[in-house]
Amino acid sequence: MPRPPSADLAAPSGPSTAAVPRHSAAKRVLPRADRREIAAIFAGGAAGTLARAALSEAFPHPPAAWPWPTFAVNIVAAFLLGYFVTRLQERLPLSSYRRPLLGTGLCGGLSTFSTMQVEILKMISAHDWGLAAGYAAASITAGYAAIHLATAMVRRVQVRR
Amino acid sequence: MNLLVWTAVVLIGGAGSVLRFYIDGTVAAAAGRDFPLGTLAVNLSGALILGLLTGLTLGHDQALLAGTAAVGSYTTFSTWMLETQRLTEERQFHKVTVNVSGSLILGVAAAALGYLIRMYL
Repeated sequence: MPRPPSADLAAPSGPSTAAVPRHSAAKRVLPRADRREIAAIFAGGAAGTLARAALSEAFPHPPAAWPWPTFAVNIVAAFLLGYFVTRLQERLPLSSYRRPLLGTGLCGGLSTFSTMQVEILKMISAHDWGLAAGYAAASITAGYAAIHLATAMVRRVQVRR
Repeated sequence: MNLLVWTAVVLIGGAGSVLRFYIDGTVAAAAGRDFPLGTLAVNLSGALILGLLTGLTLGHDQALLAGTAAVGSYTTFSTWMLETQRLTEERQFHKVTVNVSGSLILGVAAAALGYLIRMYL
């Protein structure tokens, strides 16, 4: 069963031949992480943030227009996260740093929720209700579809040992 | 726009992601993992702070560092969507509805609240 990023905390490190679901993280009281895991999240998050910031600087959009930079990074990040998480949980041997690096770090840093909400708020305060509703609906629909598609793509490929 | 600013974007982006990991993990550990409350807590608090920042008159570089880099990396769209899709696979449709509409409505409300806090204080 898929868990939030911190579910990897309890995963044993080192290679394993079976891709079994991890389940012992729920008993954890406070999140603990080793230094390597934090470093992986930091590195992935730094790279994702750099890409998102560079894109938003390269393609500034007027307040009344469709926020293409935010929309694009969010959908791409959703696709990548669906791909990485499904592959890491269901196809690849357990790894203690890949999910923090690629999922929590890269995809989390690449995508953003707060910017999207403020963009919607600005559309609403400009009484551009159609744009606000369209942007929200398109983001959620495309983001969901991206996860679904990436997950299906990974699962369609047979497990090779 | 210079190397120093972009170095700061990289470092702040990494730090924001690590903070998200800790807040998400702490909330999820306290509230349980039946519903993705950790992501919701991260995203709503981030929307509030970004709304507050929007009410400030920041320079270009300041807005890039505080808004795009710090709050942007702290919040996440992809995990929100992943958890929604996984809840759908588990046929938890009630939770899916709450997670999607709740995040969206409360997210805009949090951003508006942050903006108003700045305006009226």
